[in-house]
Amino acid sequence: MKDIKSSTIVKVDRRTFLKTGVMGSTGLILGTQIACSTLFQEEPRAKATFSPNVFLTINEKGEITIVTHRSEMGTGIRTSLPAVVADELEADWNMVTIQQAIGDEETYGDQNTDGSYSIRMFYMPMRRVGAAAKMMLEQAAAAKWKVNVSECRAKNNNVVHEPSGKKFDFGELAGDASKLTVPEEKDIKLKDSKNFSKIGKSTPITDLKDIVTGKANFGLDTILPELKVAVIRRCPVAGGKVVSHNAEAALKVSGVQKVFVLESPGFPAGFNAPLGGVVVVADNTWAAIKGRDALDVEWDNGANGDYNSEEYLTDLVAKTKTSNTIRRENGDIKKALKGAGKILDSTYVLQHLSHTPMEPPCGVAYAQEGKCELWVPTQNPKWVQEGVAAALEIKKENVTVNVTLLGGGFGRKSKADFSVETAKISKEFGSPVKLLWTREDDIQHDLYHSCAVQRIKVGIDKANNVVAWNQKSVFPSIGGTATNQAIQPSGQELSLGAIDFPYNVENVCVESADAPAKTRIGWLRSVCNIQHAFAIGSMLDEIARARNMDPIENALDLLGEDRQIDKAVFGKELVNYGTEYEDYPWNTGRFRGVINEVAKKSNWGKELPKGRAQGFCAHRSFLTYVACVVEVEADENGNVLSIPEIHYAVDCGLAVNRDRVIAQFEGGAVFALSGALKGAITFKDGRVEQSNFHDYSVARMTDAPKNIFVHLIDSDEKPTGVGEPPVPPVAPALANAIYAASGKRFKNLPMMA
Amino acid sequence: MPTYQITINGKKQTIDSVDADMPILWVLRDMLQMTGTKFGCGKALCGACTVHLNGTAIRSCSTPISAVGDQKIKTIEGLSENGDHPLQQAWVQENVPQCGYCQSGQIMNAAAFLDSNPSPSDEEIRDAMNGNICRCGTYNRIHKAIKVAAEKGGKS
Repeated sequence: MKDIKSSTIVKVDRRTFLKTGVMGSTGLILGTQIACSTLFQEEPRAKATFSPNVFLTINEKGEITIVTHRSEMGTGIRTSLPAVVADELEADWNMVTIQQAIGDEETYGDQNTDGSYSIRMFYMPMRRVGAAAKMMLEQAAAAKWKVNVSECRAKNNNVVHEPSGKKFDFGELAGDASKLTVPEEKDIKLKDSKNFSKIGKSTPITDLKDIVTGKANFGLDTILPELKVAVIRRCPVAGGKVVSHNAEAALKVSGVQKVFVLESPGFPAGFNAPLGGVVVVADNTWAAIKGRDALDVEWDNGANGDYNSEEYLTDLVAKTKTSNTIRRENGDIKKALKGAGKILDSTYVLQHLSHTPMEPPCGVAYAQEGKCELWVPTQNPKWVQEGVAAALEIKKENVTVNVTLLGGGFGRKSKADFSVETAKISKEFGSPVKLLWTREDDIQHDLYHSCAVQRIKVGIDKANNVVAWNQKSVFPSIGGTATNQAIQPSGQELSLGAIDFPYNVENVCVESADAPAKTRIGWLRSVCNIQHAFAIGSMLDEIARARNMDPIENALDLLGEDRQIDKAVFGKELVNYGTEYEDYPWNTGRFRGVINEVAKKSNWGKELPKGRAQGFCAHRSFLTYVACVVEVEADENGNVLSIPEIHYAVDCGLAVNRDRVIAQFEGGAVFALSGALKGAITFKDGRVEQSNFHDYSVARMTDAPKNIFVHLIDSDEKPTGVGEPPVPPVAPALANAIYAASGKRFKNLPMMA
Repeated sequence: MPTYQITINGKKQTIDSVDADMPILWVLRDMLQMTGTKFGCGKALCGACTVHLNGTAIRSCSTPISAVGDQKIKTIEGLSENGDHPLQQAWVQENVPQCGYCQSGQIMNAAAFLDSNPSPSDEEIRDAMNGNICRCGTYNRIHKAIKVAAEKGGKS
């Protein structure tokens, strides 16, 4: 996660421009260089400075090409950032072509599309790119007319001389504009927000028509001459190895070309290393799958053959009963708990989750003569480039990463393991190869969301005040996928909802404990906010009952006065989503704002028939403030019969592409319900017990809330991301609603398993 | 290996030497380079691969080519000539897709459903679409788009 320090617009000479692989064009070409610092402490992000360029080209016909360097996995980012450029440029959107950048760190800088930060990071630089180009076009027009530039206004792909009404279209000006000096950042005039034509409004995604006609190209859709198809039989246990295999029957399957072993790096091996296994390459997908079915493989299960997730979670629960590693401390928790009149003590247990994007991991690669070109649905082309270069022992510059559309990502496709597999297979086989992960591969060999145990002890004094909050957060760290030294969650992982606990309680203690990873752990949409928001959101509801208060009244009371929370309160381990804390401080006033808004819009406290009730949770994540009310219909055992409605109130600063912001919340609610109600990945003897959608259940249309209402707070604050923030508050709000409806309190996820 | 003559989107296609058990999905995608039909699960559990067989929605991942015979296959590429089937129009109007991967299967499933039930109730839509998974969670917009198309007489 990065923090933008400064950005400079640069004019890119034609040679440099062409080198990047963007289509040739004459006219005005602009880039922006953004210096970033990275604060992400996980191993792969700990690399120094990047300087991305984002290009805008206007040719002599007035056609505009905007290069988008972020991956499209459904958020609309491939459209939303170019729309920002077009708005400042006063472009005619119909003249704009959006072009997906290849993976190229030196030209574009960070392209890792995760952490809900594309908009946060690139909104302002994109505005400056558009505004600088507009200024240059206006200057070029002024020079042609020999008038003062203040009399010239860009409008709808033209520059108009206002006093006379004369105009040039952008195409007529592009050549002259390209000879001008790019304005310095301090001189760039941005539009007044009241004149925005696209920012803050809704722009449909550029791929809409292609998607509904089946023409959109995803990772699995790349076609090359002589393309072969590969599948891999992987060891059922993460990190295991092939001892021996018999390919005789597989090779008899018509269409199977070759069977070979892809070596396993063992465990842990990071995010880009293939798991290894036995590869079957065939003329088509069906032959490859049949060939794989015919394989006979003997495995060495390695270090994780003893992983039983049920026992593991039982052990984690036990760990919450002993003293642990303190990660945040305010006041004296022991004394406060001892002196409290009433103690609440709850333990919450959450299972592993799988991402299961509808398009499973896949890719196409062609390795030849010391080079490799890939077409992959990746969230992070940089990792693909680095991972493939290392695996093939070739130079990074010789790895070309074409980024396709992603059929869902949710964090899964930020890892390069499947791309590296594809490249290695192509090299070994010697032709272009498409790799498919079948759904069984996906569900059984994912980098899973961590299972987790949360124990929260709360002390309430005789005056009915909450005086103590003690949270023990125990789960295997993502870092454990890269190194077996990472046996406790990092400060950053705990900053996803636990040590950034905002409520005004005098004595707070957040602890963690050892939990070595026994399978590959990865980040999944909203990451550790899932377990933290569930536990905290549930406990706050329990506190409200104990204090005999309405849950929203209770939350607002605990929040205290409107303020920017002093960073020191959270302690030294706080990581504020990769930003300087001062730039995006924890603002309880904004939090109160969304809570009040959701209460009002959901008609909180309304009369409902027996068996129906509302539940509430508010949670800030990825710098976005979200409050959520779920209305549930449940039977007396707490079984969910239906979810009539969900209301969200959202403060994400300025909502840049409004309809896509709303869509993220609609979809995020459904995504969250999968994990809340149904989804669970469990391990027995190191093997995942689920294999496809019949036993790894995800939300379907009948599970979806009948209505999802998204209320956006009108705001001119800096925009923050919305990919992940919809997820965390849904499960706790639902659990609280079920409790209100039935008296049954679910403390484990999934609830209906 | 056998050769099959099948009709796809009104066009006769000859598929040379494929296994009789090859699912239509892979015939479309690998043999004919028709990639609009998507792979999602391979077990008829998610609906991403939905096509029409004589007007009925089927899961092409689990229907072998040998089962086709004289029956006509229609895929997303052939749903309408200009991408203007009432459902495609409604999908655009309601901005349904997020990532978009499952949407051709959703649309094909909805199209066969509306052909058999032109004025469905809310519940009937939910039941009919329950076999189609969307991990982005666009269900409510899919539901709305089907209603919009139905109101405009959404038969193909």
